[in-house]
Amino acid sequence: MKNIPVSALIGLFFTGLYFLAAVFAPLLAPYGMAEIVGDVWEPASDQFLLGTDNIGRDLLSRMIYGGRTTIFIATAATIISFVTGSVLGLLAAVSGGWVDQVLSRFVDLIMSIPTLIFALVVLSVMPVTVPVLILVMGLLDSTRVYRLARAVAVDIEVMDYVEAARLRGEKMGWIIFREILPNALSPLVAELGLRFIFAVLFVSTLSFLGLGVQPPEADWGGIVKENKEGIVYGIPAALIPAVAIATLAISVNLVADWVLNRTTSLKGGRG
Amino acid sequence: MGQVATLLAQRIALSLLLLFLVSILIFVGTIILPGDVAQSILGQSATPEALANLRAELGLNDPPLTRYFAWLGGILQGDLGTALTSGQDIATSIGTRLGNTLFLAFWAAVVAVPLAIFLGLLAVRYRDRWPDKLISAVTLASISIPEFLIGYLLMYFISVRLGWFPSVAMTNDSMGFWDKLNAIALPVMVLTLVVLAHMMRMTRAAILNVMQSAYIETAELKGLSGLDVIRKHAFPNAIAPIVNVVMLNLAYLVVGVVVIEVVFVYPGMGQYLVDHVSKRDVPVVQACGLIFAAVYIGLNMVADIVSILSNPRLRHPK
Amino acid sequence: MSDPFVRVRGLKIGATVYPPGEKPHDIEIVHGVDFDLQKGQVLGLIGESGAGKSTIGLATMAYGRGGVEITGGEVWVNGRDILQSGLRDVRQLRGAEVTYVSQSAAASFNPAKKIMEQVTEAAIRHNKFSRREAEERAVALFTKLGLPDPENIGNRYPHQVSGGQLQRCMTALALCPEPDLVVFDEPTTALDVTTQIDVLAAIKEAIRDTGVAALYITHDLAVVAQVSDRIMVLRMGDMVECGPTDQIINAPQQEYTQALVSVRSIKHAEQEPTTEPVLTVRDITARYPGTRYDVLRDVNVDLHPGQTLAVVGESGSGKSTLARVITGLLPPSGGSIDFAGRRLSPTLAGRSLEDLRELQMIYQMADTAMNPRQTVGTIIGRPLEFYFGLKGREKQKRIQELLDEIELGDGFQDRYPAELSGGQKQRVCIARALAAKPKIIICDEVTSALDPLVADGILKLLLELQKIEGVAYLFITHDLATVRAIADSIAVMYQGKVQRYGGKTEVLSPPFDDYTDLLLSSVPEMKLGWLEDVIAHRKMESAGN
Repeated sequence: MKNIPVSALIGLFFTGLYFLAAVFAPLLAPYGMAEIVGDVWEPASDQFLLGTDNIGRDLLSRMIYGGRTTIFIATAATIISFVTGSVLGLLAAVSGGWVDQVLSRFVDLIMSIPTLIFALVVLSVMPVTVPVLILVMGLLDSTRVYRLARAVAVDIEVMDYVEAARLRGEKMGWIIFREILPNALSPLVAELGLRFIFAVLFVSTLSFLGLGVQPPEADWGGIVKENKEGIVYGIPAALIPAVAIATLAISVNLVADWVLNRTTSLKGGRG
Repeated sequence: MGQVATLLAQRIALSLLLLFLVSILIFVGTIILPGDVAQSILGQSATPEALANLRAELGLNDPPLTRYFAWLGGILQGDLGTALTSGQDIATSIGTRLGNTLFLAFWAAVVAVPLAIFLGLLAVRYRDRWPDKLISAVTLASISIPEFLIGYLLMYFISVRLGWFPSVAMTNDSMGFWDKLNAIALPVMVLTLVVLAHMMRMTRAAILNVMQSAYIETAELKGLSGLDVIRKHAFPNAIAPIVNVVMLNLAYLVVGVVVIEVVFVYPGMGQYLVDHVSKRDVPVVQACGLIFAAVYIGLNMVADIVSILSNPRLRHPK
Repeated sequence: MSDPFVRVRGLKIGATVYPPGEKPHDIEIVHGVDFDLQKGQVLGLIGESGAGKSTIGLATMAYGRGGVEITGGEVWVNGRDILQSGLRDVRQLRGAEVTYVSQSAAASFNPAKKIMEQVTEAAIRHNKFSRREAEERAVALFTKLGLPDPENIGNRYPHQVSGGQLQRCMTALALCPEPDLVVFDEPTTALDVTTQIDVLAAIKEAIRDTGVAALYITHDLAVVAQVSDRIMVLRMGDMVECGPTDQIINAPQQEYTQALVSVRSIKHAEQEPTTEPVLTVRDITARYPGTRYDVLRDVNVDLHPGQTLAVVGESGSGKSTLARVITGLLPPSGGSIDFAGRRLSPTLAGRSLEDLRELQMIYQMADTAMNPRQTVGTIIGRPLEFYFGLKGREKQKRIQELLDEIELGDGFQDRYPAELSGGQKQRVCIARALAAKPKIIICDEVTSALDPLVADGILKLLLELQKIEGVAYLFITHDLATVRAIADSIAVMYQGKVQRYGGKTEVLSPPFDDYTDLLLSSVPEMKLGWLEDVIAHRKMESAGN
């Protein structure tokens, strides 16, 4: 594990930190998530490392639990979008014909509506619960994964070595998993990072708009919403979760960048 | 010109078809999903009679096809229906708000587009040196930062700490032009920052793509000055991709507006939409969704039309 | 003798490379080259890919392409060292004293501007001519270069004229400002042979008539022999030999040059068909889905066991489509194919595993014919496993045998394609095809992406393997020299039809039909004065008609 660039190390460190904090939230948080322990918007002190929030809850504890929610939802949505998008994308590329046409035109249609607007329309009639959020985010975002997976696979599809495999008489399974997938992996892995970042930003935005995770549960976007009134009075509590979102996203991005560079430089990499 | 005209007609027809399908999708999305509008308006404790009355009043008992065509027919005549929660005419409410949103987006575009193109050119000029690296670092950061963070950071430091601009962007018709501009200064700044990095990077890629063409080498080997190479040979070919970049980012800006309006409590379409999503006011949501989608589809169409018009192979067929 | 017009001393050129996953580093690609060029003289630069010939050509304009940089030496043009001149002075030189003709005119013309504007731009920019004079001059050049409708062709856009015509327009572009030196960088390489000869003749005449000096860069010794006064042979950034054309062609001093000159010396005597054909193609007609044009029309050919059928033609002749039809990738719209005594299904899906195994294919681009994520062992081992169920030690043993057969030896099993040279890659592809123990191998332009010496090695190997394994080849190529080297029978294809078909000697002996005559006479021969002879001969014939 040597030769890791500094930027990737920083990214790995923070990504790891946030994920560990999410997993061990109940052990790490000094207070309960919804426990009112102090005054409104108390400044940072030994007792409350990040101060308190708009109704006197410990901000650090809330951040740790909120991070857990944010990361959980984002991870679940990413898995859904990734599995759905890449499976359908590869399928479309390899089968071609009407399967490809139907799937691709449907995805075009979904993508002609901005994702956030579409999500808002859907959430206006659906009950806003965590599973619904995950499903809506995951499915909407899978359109992007689909496009990438299909584009990458179509590029590889036309390679002579895939034709050679077809001429040999190989079955669909061999062609997808042994010829195409190994060569499609590095762009897809890098995309995994981007999709996760997008999911984090998306759920945070929805919660910030009051249409995501509902109180008293909290995620980082929701904490921003709860404390946003403070900004006008010069109380920066709302900035803390916002910064957390940004640092998590940047860290994952740094790691994804490194993974992309590393996998393409493997022996026998493409290019 | 025959071929170009055909392509343009096809592209416009495609957009109309897309818009039609989107209207179906938005309509279907709001009726087949397992939620119940009447239930969500009245809450869990509503009596069955109250629910039934409301359903009848909303026309929820009609067959979906009838309701869809009634809705679509209304829209085509400029009738967007009435809001469930306030009973107001949606078209009237949207009218002023759409104006406000476009005002905001327009000024953001006025600042962001020239700036992004200039910085994109700068990045190409100093390729692989520090200005270029700085730009790619900023881009990395900016795709990772939520819009509301930029909003609150600027609000906190510029408005609250320095006291330069108002922290909320309340505007009304009685305000003069400069007052309005002053009021929207911060949201314009935020929107600019939100689209800038993206637009910059795409501009850079578009110009680099042109600059790496063999015909640029030919021009350099003719002994033309750097400026002439760009002006006579790169620019005519780069204009289409750049217009494309600008259009795609304007479409992106339209969506960014939603969040920024909420942050700065700006009376535009975005806030109107978000408010009524929480109130589960379906007709308003449908109308707003359709308008946002129409703007988005329209901008994408303009981008494609510019590409078609500027393609010499199409303009001068064999 | 007066001072040479161009004087290059100790020219060193470097480049920065960016290998993925490694730090970018500098390498030297030209290690100190010297040459002189007198006014009105033509110097040919010849070498294989990577020899540094284009880079040297561009150095006479003080230009480095991409990450290429001139790191040392002197380049004197018209009495000044242009490497010491500032950018302003260099710009005065480019497009006025020295001009450039690139390999791909299609890419080198700005698609958004009319041809005339681009042809006259340099002359006007450098105040050599007024716009009107420059345009008159351009029309005169268009006429001289044999372009159709010279008065009006300048009003067209680049995409509105054909590739061969555009290449001539590029020559007009270079000659328009009355330069002292023109750098021709593989100007005919991208063209079909029958087009190449006309462009070549036009270029040669234009050089002679204008008295301009020229650097003529190419990988094809036969071509450069037609236009150059002197030839410089380059290899991996070093000069191998430099001398008058006559001496280089007829009495090369260095071993490398001798090898280049004697390339295609393979002698393969035609074999008479002895048994029933292994492949019989009858009345095949085919078109691509969604098109209305038959790319193959009533094609009939036979291939006999252990022999080679060469299918030769220019781009668009349908030769590669024939391969797709035989492999089942493109079901024909009419006709039938018999293979080893049985009727082949028109579609790939309808063929038995036996059919697939006995009909193998080798591709032009070995790079894309091998999965970059599989080792050589996996690539060759898969057919063994797939068709014969070989596993473990047995499979390893067979892989090694195949590697020995293609003369690669030990240590290659665990390598990835990216770690092999071009020739080695093509050998692995041959081994993969052989692993299936096929009756026929279809070879689609298998040597055309390779340097001549490497290609020669591949051809020798193929002939060797044919003797050992008794496999038949369907050899698709545009290169008549290759055909002469290896074929037993030949099918000449033109516009989707078989124009001429029979044994090698018969096809290559007169009397010819018009197209075959044109094709055969257009292939450059490594002989001084060949170009003049052919042109004179053609003029005589057309006068006679």
